[in-house]
Amino acid sequence: MSEELQEGVVKKMMYLNRKAPYGTVYALESLEVVLIGAAFDQDVSLAFVDDGVYQILNGQNTTKDSGIGMKDFSPTYKALGDYDITKLYVEKESLEERGLSADDLMDLVYEDEDDDWAEKPSIILVSREELADVMDEQEVVFSF
Amino acid sequence: MPTINVKGSDVAVDEEGYLEDLGDWNEDIAAHMADEDDLELTSEHWDIINFLREYYDEYQIAPAVRVLTKAVGKKFGKEKGNSKYLYALFPYGPGKQACRFAGLPKPTGCI
Repeated sequence: MSEELQEGVVKKMMYLNRKAPYGTVYALESLEVVLIGAAFDQDVSLAFVDDGVYQILNGQNTTKDSGIGMKDFSPTYKALGDYDITKLYVEKESLEERGLSADDLMDLVYEDEDDDWAEKPSIILVSREELADVMDEQEVVFSF
Repeated sequence: MPTINVKGSDVAVDEEGYLEDLGDWNEDIAAHMADEDDLELTSEHWDIINFLREYYDEYQIAPAVRVLTKAVGKKFGKEKGNSKYLYALFPYGPGKQACRFAGLPKPTGCI
């Protein structure tokens, strides 16, 4: 892969997030890989499905009293726009199955450099079917 | 665990000199670290250090150099939003050195 990257080939890459943010290290690991990988100027998107939708839930409480006792890393998702990662697909059915809606998610935005730094939403709500199509278009999918 | 002695108190750092506990930070520590690197901190240095601390406070990460450069240009003026300006202030790298002075961990993706 590194040779292709050096030649300036831009690939469509998706990071697929399926797991709840705490309890396993998958969510945090995925986020770190996304931030490190951002340096390679690829066409990156993230998808949140199944329990993965909990990763970008608004108002996370991870204190010891909450029973989690881990650092709340959810503010870091707000930095994704700075790293030019502006496509965050969220599967509608996954939200609905958990009694959630888009209003329960963090307000994740990016500033569009080509549009006088206008703030635009990064979250794209998609149905299971639509997400399948988006995944079909990808050249690389990293599953966490 | 290594420590540095700043104005009579020992502060824990990791093997690369980054603070173990972000909460230990104060301006004297930044000045001490700069002195060890033969740098004198000017208001331009402090702009960057304070910016990094605010960024970390908001996003819980130290920004990558590319992100820092863009943000500095936006906040402090286009003429400062380039790596030449930042490297002139922090010769060991705005990511590594400035983050260390600011008490932050090494930036994610910084090798």
